[in-house]
Amino acid sequence: MPESATALQPASAAEPPLLEIHGIRKGFPGVVALDNVGFKLRAGTVHALMGENGAGKSTLMKIIAGIYMPDRGDISLRGQRITLKSPIDALNQGIAMIHQELNLMPFMTVAENVWITREPKNRFGFVDHAELYRKTEELFKTLNIDIDVRVEVQTLSVANRQMVEIAKAVSYNSDVLIMDEPTSALTEKEVAHLFAIIHTLRAQGKGIIYITHKMNELFEIADEFSVFRDGKYIATKLSSEVTRDDIIKMMVGREITQMFPKLEVPIGEVVLSVKDLCLDGVFSDISFDVRAGEIVGMAGLVGSGRSNVAEALFGVTPATSGTITINGKQVVMHSPAVALAEGMAFLTEDRKETGCFLGLNIQENMDSAVLNQRYVKNGFVQNKQLNADCIAMAQRLRVKTPGMDEIILNLSGGNQQKVLVGRWLLTNPKILILDEPTRGIDVGAKAEIHRLVSELAGQGVAILMISSEMPEVLGMSDRIVVMHEGHVSGILDRNDADQISIMDLAAK
Amino acid sequence: MTMTISNATNAPASRAPSVGTSTKFKWPPEASILMVLVGISLFFEALGWYINGQSFIFNSERLQIIILQMSVVGIIAVGVNMVIITSGIDLSSGSVVAATAVVSASLAQVSDFPRAVFPALTDLPVIWPILAGMTVGLLIGLLNGSLIAFTAIPPFIATLGTMVAARGFAKWFTGGMPVSMLTDDFAAIGSGANPVYIFLVIAAIFHIVLRYTRFGKFTYAIGANRQAARVSGINVNRHLVYIYTIAGLLSGIAGSVTAARAISGQSGMGVMYELDAIAAVVIGGTSLVGGLGRITGTVIGVLILGVMMSGFTFIRIDAYYQEMVKGAIIVAAVIADQYRNKKRGR
Repeated sequence: MPESATALQPASAAEPPLLEIHGIRKGFPGVVALDNVGFKLRAGTVHALMGENGAGKSTLMKIIAGIYMPDRGDISLRGQRITLKSPIDALNQGIAMIHQELNLMPFMTVAENVWITREPKNRFGFVDHAELYRKTEELFKTLNIDIDVRVEVQTLSVANRQMVEIAKAVSYNSDVLIMDEPTSALTEKEVAHLFAIIHTLRAQGKGIIYITHKMNELFEIADEFSVFRDGKYIATKLSSEVTRDDIIKMMVGREITQMFPKLEVPIGEVVLSVKDLCLDGVFSDISFDVRAGEIVGMAGLVGSGRSNVAEALFGVTPATSGTITINGKQVVMHSPAVALAEGMAFLTEDRKETGCFLGLNIQENMDSAVLNQRYVKNGFVQNKQLNADCIAMAQRLRVKTPGMDEIILNLSGGNQQKVLVGRWLLTNPKILILDEPTRGIDVGAKAEIHRLVSELAGQGVAILMISSEMPEVLGMSDRIVVMHEGHVSGILDRNDADQISIMDLAAK
Repeated sequence: MTMTISNATNAPASRAPSVGTSTKFKWPPEASILMVLVGISLFFEALGWYINGQSFIFNSERLQIIILQMSVVGIIAVGVNMVIITSGIDLSSGSVVAATAVVSASLAQVSDFPRAVFPALTDLPVIWPILAGMTVGLLIGLLNGSLIAFTAIPPFIATLGTMVAARGFAKWFTGGMPVSMLTDDFAAIGSGANPVYIFLVIAAIFHIVLRYTRFGKFTYAIGANRQAARVSGINVNRHLVYIYTIAGLLSGIAGSVTAARAISGQSGMGVMYELDAIAAVVIGGTSLVGGLGRITGTVIGVLILGVMMSGFTFIRIDAYYQEMVKGAIIVAAVIADQYRNKKRGR
């Protein structure tokens, strides 16, 4: 990396860094996402941010891009303190974020997208299209982007759309560009082109903050990197002076301070057996077993296909090939109704999207699944028995609420999660799939859910638990299936698993 | 090792009280709409004495007319209410009324009428025209439901298509001529207070279905969150087909009643009934977002519409003004719905 060598000449003491973040704290109800975090971005460098899922990188980027306001802490641009109240504020200060989910208008041309709200006008006040195209072409030339500025964005590939996003960000004369996993949807060739553009931007003296999960990218593109862990800043290093192992250690090297109530329970027969399961373009050749009383953890980075596997197992998005065997009987899992009838239960990852009926009350949220099986006589709901059992379940799970007719929207995340757990426990599942069961809930509720999961295993339920929280996976699981880019990259036994071995398999 | 556990279980007493049993009296959601109905009635009562020197409400003849006029829209509104609870919409109801009115009338003609639609099928027992009307409505509803569930086109478009097509069918079937000379038995369905009884029985049945059956519970669940309903093991597509089929069936019954009341089946019947039904449902507190709404509210919504129309006529306000005010009231009801949703944080 010859350019980086020149770019990294030690900045003179007089020259402040392009962007300096200091003492940032940001809390959300129940969690501290960032705690006293800081780092420095120097002009003409690519600065990578590394960390596990939930380390706080995305939250920090949203603060720098003006999407969130920090609770505490300073942001300085070229030594000047700035306050960012909105993304527009950030753009006006020269800080632009290129979003993971692209924000272009598909039916407008490339040029119109780049200059939206800032279109050049002719003397009649109409948009001057000739000038619009000329300006865009000029901009693209400085960035070595070769895209026809007159075509509609919908005709472009994902990679080209990303280029347009980058050009749009640069068109605001931005000096700080934030890229959140820009290569996640790109082919190798497209990645090379993206990196060429990043090199151009760096040579122009811009500072680029680059979030990635991919180690090899780090060594290829980044001059410096900072590691975050559990909302805390760990260290900043030059990428030329560390090895891959060093970084993994920095990322996972937390002490396990939380203890998990893992009970020793007898492990029974294989209940759920998955063989060569594929979903075209998403995951392939997934094979593993779960036994009665066993908790199988599923680890892997976000996007590695863990949730997709869970959805295929439960028939939400049926797999395209492979077999699912339950208690020795092969089952075609084409809808959740089938899975439910087979004694499966599935606590989904996204409480809002696929879990809660937000406008309905606790009772109605709890009984939706079990009504497929019980408490119904000639189509009529046996309300007396059902309500009594739901209240008993809510009490067992310690759902905090003034009454069962409370709308679930008014509960905290932890209590909502408990109601959803209750929904599935009412069905007396034999196989329980938990996707991020403790995401975004407070410590107390977390511990209660952990205890409950252990108890259920003790009662002989086969449990598959997807989690991005390393301590949770390590603390709870009997075995750990690690996924990487749609494949099982390894299955570790409880005794062989530690954070480093998992990270090694997850981040190849 | 057990630190966290014991922390969690022996945690402060504040954790112990979990599910409360608040028995505090709550007004049913219909209370506010009922107040509106009472308010509007009193408004016309006052104006009635002032302008006409007579009572608006305490006139049993007028009350009968109000309810009778609205019972056809009411029958439709029961089905539309269920559709809207699933966060869908049904625009085809009015056209289904026309299609079913002409079909059932065609099988209810008397034999001494020389230009019967089906000369071989005259003087039939009254059950046949009724069944025919219900079947036509059911089939159109089934088509609506299947389109929505299996092609995933929006309910607005699917039912817009059947709305236009069903009206076209009615015109083709009659060749633009009214189907008249119907049997006395058939006409009896629409005479006296019979339409009101039909409406109330249907409302009662589906009130019970929505409140006390699994089918009802699943209807709300699908409207509240379709994804979550599916993950809960509910066969969402099949359920939607049922719902739209019921809505079509009820419109079919409304069509037969309309034909019986007029003692004639015409392709121009039921124009805009779908909008009156939607208006009644929305005024009755059913949320267009889905997952919320009751039949009792819809019945009150139907009465509000009826009282308004009757009241305007009573105080001799021009029919054109009536429609303008009706439009304003529908919009006001939706604004109230938005406001309620905001309060619930949607």
